[in-house]
Amino acid sequence: MKETEDMCLGVPGKVIAIDGLDATVDFFGVRKSLRLDIVDEPVQVGDYVLNHVGFAIRRIPPEEVQETLALFDQILEVSGAKEDLMAADVRGEMAAGKDQK
Amino acid sequence: MSNDDLFRQLKFRDPARARALAEALRHNMDAIGREVSVMHVCGSHEQAIARFGLRAVLPPGLELIMGPGCPVCVTDGPEVDEAVALAMQGVRVCTYGDMLRLPGTARSLADAQADGGKVEVVYSISQAVELAQAHPEEQVVFLASGFETTAVATAAVALASPPPNFSILSVHKYVPAAMEIVAASKETHIEGYVAAGHAAIITGWAIFEPFAARTGAPVVVAGFEPLDILAALVKLTELIREGRPEVANVYPRCVTKEGNLPAQRSLWRAFRTVTGRWRGIADVPGGNLELVPELAALDARKRFRIDTAGVRDAAAEEEAKGCICGRIMLGLATPEHCALFGTTCVPESPVGACMVSSEGQCRIWHTYGGVPDLRKVG
Repeated sequence: MKETEDMCLGVPGKVIAIDGLDATVDFFGVRKSLRLDIVDEPVQVGDYVLNHVGFAIRRIPPEEVQETLALFDQILEVSGAKEDLMAADVRGEMAAGKDQK
Repeated sequence: MSNDDLFRQLKFRDPARARALAEALRHNMDAIGREVSVMHVCGSHEQAIARFGLRAVLPPGLELIMGPGCPVCVTDGPEVDEAVALAMQGVRVCTYGDMLRLPGTARSLADAQADGGKVEVVYSISQAVELAQAHPEEQVVFLASGFETTAVATAAVALASPPPNFSILSVHKYVPAAMEIVAASKETHIEGYVAAGHAAIITGWAIFEPFAARTGAPVVVAGFEPLDILAALVKLTELIREGRPEVANVYPRCVTKEGNLPAQRSLWRAFRTVTGRWRGIADVPGGNLELVPELAALDARKRFRIDTAGVRDAAAEEEAKGCICGRIMLGLATPEHCALFGTTCVPESPVGACMVSSEGQCRIWHTYGGVPDLRKVG
């Protein structure tokens, strides 16, 4: 993975070691050293953080990952597309079943 | 669900949700019943949009334009000249990789390097500080580019008593100021904005509320996964449909209303906004970030006599060659409108700034296969 891609696409990394303000962070298999000077909350080993140009800018609380997923579904409900989500799933399953024949 | 499972979901590439969001978007556009142009102001969003081919799933009538969202692209030629001049004066100039080939009015930093100037690419400003520590006999200048998110990293270093042989040449830009320019433009008619998630992590989403209220255009803060962007467009078209110029946040896992307060405090302790020229755009009131007078000792412009006599108007020269980067950055054109795109202007030999940076729209479109809009194929 190119460095610009981790930086830009907002991929979270898992903190695997901390030495003062320096953290070693694993981004789905790519290890990087990040500074912890400007992260919004105290960070511990095992936490997930976002990287921007070598600095952790955000500790991502697990509850808020759930909140984002719930928000997507809420957006779909408001837009009246909830049924379509199911329909899309069913179509996907039907198509998969057809392939198996 | 374990935390690791949860974070694997952060990839947010679930096809069923993506299809459903695309359908919801179509539903909203049907309800609006006319053409709508919206703008995002982030090179990282454009990368995700091009890489995942998202324009191909947009409903007809919805135009998603990239605005002035590439910090490298909007760095002006004379700003590059200052760094080139320092490098040629024997100062060790460190900067992010994208800045190396950005044209100055006469030369790029890559040219300066080829001519014997000391130019070093670093991944982080921390590495530039380490270089200064390792070479106490040299002057090390960090050419600090990027928007407010990157400026926060610069601020952290500036406020942490860096070594005496280290200084900062700030060409940092402040995005909200450029959004004002776009909104005030009579040529564009942007009805809503997708705001950059990373910048909003620092500033918080509430910062866009006065802008939305004043311009009548809703703003949605989004992350960088395909679902994040689709969700933002669904939310944005919903707000447009209902005539609600509000701010929404579809990136709650990272962005809060008030943002990263300690980072904001550092940012405004280190910098103040000043009017600055954005390449291809204009003089943008409040568009540049300058080190505050208290940190003047760290300001390379104050430490060195930077001689850039004889600089030319690079933008005018590029324009003379047929480059339309300025219009692209204002959202008035796309790379396909440029006769140079993919022919004489390619990543290996870029004519304009938008082909240089990995966050520039021309470079992104070129990387992901020309015009990433399948509606125009066949």
